[in-house]
Amino acid sequence: MPGVEPLPKTTARPSIVAWLGIPFVLAMRIVDYPMRALQRALGEQRMAYVFLLPNLIFFSLFVFAPIVINVIFSVTGGPALFPSERPFVGAGQYAYLFDCGSYLDPSTCREDHFWRGVANTFRFTASQVVAMVLLSLLTAVVLNMKIRGRGFFRAVYFFPVLLSPVVVALIWKWILQRDGLLNAGIIGLGGERILFLVEPGWAMFWAVFVSIWAHMGFYTLILLAGLQAIPSDIYEAAEMDATPRWRVFLRLTLPLLWPNLIVVIVLALIRGVQTFDEVFVLTGGGPGTATLMIVQYIYETAFSNQVQNFGLAAAASVVLGVVLCLLTGLQLALSRRKAA
Amino acid sequence: MGTTLSRILTSRRRAGRWHWTDVAAYTYLCIGVILMFGPVAWLALSSFKTQAGLLEFPPTLLPLAQKEVVVDGYPQPLPLFAATLEDGTTRHLAQVRRIGIVAQMVDPSDPSQQFRVPIERRIPVREFSLATSNYTEPLQRFAFMRFLGNSVFVTVVATLITLLINSMAAYALSIYEFRGKNTAMVLVIGTLMIPITIILVPVYLVVTEFGLVNSLWAVILPGAATPTGVFLLRQYMLTLPPDLIEAARMDKASEWQIYWRIVMPLTLPALAVLAIFSIMWRWNEFLWPLAVLTKTEVYTLQIGLNAFQGELQTQWHFLLAMTMVTLIPVAIVFVFLQRFITTGIANTGMK
Repeated sequence: MPGVEPLPKTTARPSIVAWLGIPFVLAMRIVDYPMRALQRALGEQRMAYVFLLPNLIFFSLFVFAPIVINVIFSVTGGPALFPSERPFVGAGQYAYLFDCGSYLDPSTCREDHFWRGVANTFRFTASQVVAMVLLSLLTAVVLNMKIRGRGFFRAVYFFPVLLSPVVVALIWKWILQRDGLLNAGIIGLGGERILFLVEPGWAMFWAVFVSIWAHMGFYTLILLAGLQAIPSDIYEAAEMDATPRWRVFLRLTLPLLWPNLIVVIVLALIRGVQTFDEVFVLTGGGPGTATLMIVQYIYETAFSNQVQNFGLAAAASVVLGVVLCLLTGLQLALSRRKAA
Repeated sequence: MGTTLSRILTSRRRAGRWHWTDVAAYTYLCIGVILMFGPVAWLALSSFKTQAGLLEFPPTLLPLAQKEVVVDGYPQPLPLFAATLEDGTTRHLAQVRRIGIVAQMVDPSDPSQQFRVPIERRIPVREFSLATSNYTEPLQRFAFMRFLGNSVFVTVVATLITLLINSMAAYALSIYEFRGKNTAMVLVIGTLMIPITIILVPVYLVVTEFGLVNSLWAVILPGAATPTGVFLLRQYMLTLPPDLIEAARMDKASEWQIYWRIVMPLTLPALAVLAIFSIMWRWNEFLWPLAVLTKTEVYTLQIGLNAFQGELQTQWHFLLAMTMVTLIPVAIVFVFLQRFITTGIANTGMK
C-alpha cells in the first residue's frame, strides 16, 4: 500500500501510548497459554478454525441467523417479538403488502405508505444514479487533467464523504430553511421566497442533490483510480494522430474506464435503494410522504409507529433484499461478461 | 494562499497554450470549491452567531454583535449607535434609554452632551464577535457530554474488537490451507451483500435475546465482524513472505505468537486503514443506533443531534454549534489521514 511510512524502529522513552499498550500486550501473552494447548490438541493447520471462530460467531449471530429469522418473521403475524409466540400466517403479510388496485398508483394500495416508499425510492434512485455517474465522471476527468493544486481540489470534492449523514442533512437544512442563505440569495436577486422543504417537488430535488453532494467524492475517487490506471502512451499515440479530444474520450477513455463505471453504477444503485439517513433527517420523509423511502417505511413500521408491526416490516425487508440480490447479480453478470 | 491561487490561475497544460478545456476545468473546479466548502463554512460562521443574529434576514456573512461602550456615570455598558442628528451630521452615540420612538443618547467621550434622536435615525454599530456561549451552554444544559462520551466509547471499543477479530479471520484465511476454507470465503463474501437495512428486525430480536436493548453493546456488537475488514487485511497478508512464517515455526513459535508478534506488526498499514474506516463507520452510524437506542442516556452523538433537531426547532444556535462539534473529529481525521482513506477506498472500492 503506497503512502504508508514504516514505523520508527526505536523509541528513546516509553511514551504514553506504550504504557496504555502494556495491558494489551500482557493480555496477548496470557492468551498464548490456552492457544498453545489448543495447538497441541488440534495441530498447526487446524488452528485456522480457532482464528476464524470469533468472526464466524459474530457473522452467524448478527447476519446468518437474522436472514433466517427475517423470513420467519415475514410469514408470522401478531405484535410479539419472539418467533415462538407469533402465529403462522403464511403469505399473509406479503398478500397485505401487495394488495393493490394498481401498482402505479400508491393510493389504491392497502399499505399505501409502502408503495409510496417504493415509488419515491425508484424516482430518487433513478435520478440520483444518472446525475451521480455523470457528475463524478466529469469531476474525475477534470481532476485527472494536468492542473495545479490537484491534491487540494481532490480533497475538496472528497471531504463530504466522511461527514455523518446527520451533519450533512443539518448543514443543508440550515441553508434551505425559510430564512436561510439560499432564500436570502434568491430574494437579493429579486426572486420570491421558496419553501424548499415544504413543496414536494423541491423536497425531492434537494434530497437527491444533498445525497449527491455527500457521496460524489467516493465515486469520483473510484473513477479517478480507473483513469490513472490507463497507460499514458495510449494518449500519446492519439495525440500524434491529432485526434480531437472528445474523440479520444469517447473511443479510448470511456471503454477503458468501463469496468470502473460498472462498479460505480451498481454501487450507486445499491446505495440508492437503501437511502435513509440523510433524507430522513433533512425532510423526515415529508412533506406528507413526498420523500418517504422504503427503508424509512421499514424502520417506522417496525420501531417507531404506535403499533410495532415486525411481520410487515420483515416482509418489506425481504422484498428489498430480493431487489438488492438482483442488483448484485447484475453486477456479477456485467463484470463476468467483461472478463470473458 | 494568494501565490498558490495566482499560480493555479496562470498555469496551463503546456507553456504558452490555453486550450478552452483548461478554462472550463478551472471554472468547474472553482464552482466546486464554493459548492462543497461553502455550506460547511456557512455552518461554521453561523454557529458563532447569537440567537438574535441567526434570526436576522437577510443574514450577515460574519457573526456580528452590537458594540457596547462603558460610559462614565452609567453602571451598565451602553449599546452604541451611529445616529444622524438634526443638522445632518452622523455621530457615534451610546443609547441610555428608549422612550417610545425617541432614544435618549449620550456622547461616549463626553457624557455631559445629551441628545434625543428618533429611533429610525439611528443604526446599530456592530463588530465581529463570536458567540462562544453557543458551544459552552449546551454542555451544561443538555446531555451533550454524555452523547459525546457514548459515541467515543462505541467508536473506540467497536474499532478494537473489529481489528482483533477481523485480523484473526484474515490471518486464518491467508496463512492456512484447511477444509472448508472456500466455504468460509464464500460466507464472508455473502455477508458483504447483506446490509443491516434488510435484517433490522431480526438483529433487533437477537439483541433483545441477549438483553442488550438500550445498551451501547447493542450498537457495538452487530457490526463488529466486517467483511470489508477481513478482505482488506487478507489482501495485505497474502503479500507477506511465507518463509517468514516457516522460519518462525522452526523457532518453535506458537501459531498465536506468529499471528500476534510477526503478522500483526507487518500488517500495520492495512490495520491503520481499517481502523480509520471503522472509526468513520462507527462515529457516523445512524439507522441501527436509532432503532436500538430509545433512552436518552444511551444516545450517541448522531442520535442525540437528530433528537435535538426535532426539539430545538427554535434554537438553531445550539443545534449548529453541536453539529460543528460532531464534525470536528471527522475534520481532524480528514486533514491528517486523507491519504490513508483515499488509497484504502481506491484499493478496495469500499467505504
